[in-house]
Amino acid sequence: MTSIKLIQTLQGHRGRVWNVSWHPKGKYLGSCGEDKTIRIWINDGTKWITKMILAEGHTRTIREISWSPCGNLIASSSFDSTVAIWELKSGKYECTVSLEGHENEVKSVDWSNSGELIATCSRDKSVWIWERNDDEYECAAVINAHVQDVKKVRWHPNEDTLASASYDDTVKIFKEDSSDSDWNCVATLASHTSTVWSLSFDNTGSRIVTCSDDKNLKIWQEYKPGNDTMIPTPDNISVWKCVCTLSGYHTRTIYDVDWCKKSGLILTACGDNTIRIFREELDSDPNQPTFNLIASNEDAHSQDVNAVQWNPEQPGQFASAGDDGNVQLWFNSD
Amino acid sequence: MGVNLENLNPKVHQKIDERQLTDFDENEDVVDAFDEREIFDLIRNINDPEHPLSLEELSVVDQSLIEIDNVKNYVNVQFTPTIPHCSMATLIGLSIRVQLLRALPPRFKVSVIVTPGTHVSEQAVNKQLADKERVAAALENSHLVAVINQCVSEKE
Repeated sequence: MTSIKLIQTLQGHRGRVWNVSWHPKGKYLGSCGEDKTIRIWINDGTKWITKMILAEGHTRTIREISWSPCGNLIASSSFDSTVAIWELKSGKYECTVSLEGHENEVKSVDWSNSGELIATCSRDKSVWIWERNDDEYECAAVINAHVQDVKKVRWHPNEDTLASASYDDTVKIFKEDSSDSDWNCVATLASHTSTVWSLSFDNTGSRIVTCSDDKNLKIWQEYKPGNDTMIPTPDNISVWKCVCTLSGYHTRTIYDVDWCKKSGLILTACGDNTIRIFREELDSDPNQPTFNLIASNEDAHSQDVNAVQWNPEQPGQFASAGDDGNVQLWFNSD
Repeated sequence: MGVNLENLNPKVHQKIDERQLTDFDENEDVVDAFDEREIFDLIRNINDPEHPLSLEELSVVDQSLIEIDNVKNYVNVQFTPTIPHCSMATLIGLSIRVQLLRALPPRFKVSVIVTPGTHVSEQAVNKQLADKERVAAALENSHLVAVINQCVSEKE
């Protein structure tokens, strides 16, 4: 087993912290929660401190925040049914735009790799795609593919392909049809037996890890048309198959999962207060991979862990958010 | 209220006696862990949203359907809707949840489910009550919170 070492506990939020998100360069950490604020933390050389507090952008809980790939913009999704865009202007993030349209709570938000698209999803069962042209944001698609509350949206690491996870127990994949620029559901990943809370692509984008209220983690593999494993791909569309289920490790709902793009390690946030790290076994068959638990911290937070995210630049460093009101910074090493 | 009651003549049950405090209970020096009876006392007087009766009097909650573990920090409560198609089931479950969230230390994981086999939409109600994100959003709805507060406030 490798070790998980606590670097620092970051206090400041009042009430539950729902999410943590790293700046693309890994220098800043953002967090948000029940207190309707976003906090931006930086390392002042010896410890992490609050650099900025972004308030008055939302009237209800801020569920999730996402940094644009350039780092100059933050999008925040709120139970107040709006998404706010915060822009870096002379050293400060200011709320410049509010995206309206969802009928109720916006659960998740994510910028595409190009920085030109934003995806949002809501309890109103829809997924929206917004196009950014400088300071203008326009709704490019409203997708009603799920039959229940949509919990999470995540873009592919390199392409304009979107994945969403829902209370209807499925994950769906969406792509734009170049002929009519409609966004269509190209795959439904069904196997979980309860709410899928979160998902994360690996660095290639050809695999996805999902986590659920059914206490399982699942690894899904994309099989493209003409794949050499003879898996049929009707209509020349990729097929996604569940190639691994990790059962018996988590004792309560798994609220978040993050697949490190650098190390390949998988990190989970669980309702049993525990953070766990999984690693794929060397020489694992990609069509039947084996993942092992390599580290865990059972009392990572004193209540549910809601979110975990690897620092995109500093291997081994990651952040977590909990119902106990804390944000924590950790380091994982061999 | 009173005009469109779903269950016009619910069976009314006898209330149990008040808990008798012993010297042991009043001794501040001993650590005395939560037990099923204490959890029951926290929820027995919650009012039914439709009837001027408590959940105990309607036999919606019962001490035998409460499970608590002070070491593993969990509380499991089963509640029994008065009729299998009760449209108030989610609201009743939410009231029980809110009461326990407010009264118990945050270390406890509270789960509230319908007694198996007693409601037609048992699974949907259970899933909704277990989803803390939806519970959190519901508790930001001031109208709903007012209704729940009315349920959990004890009558004289």
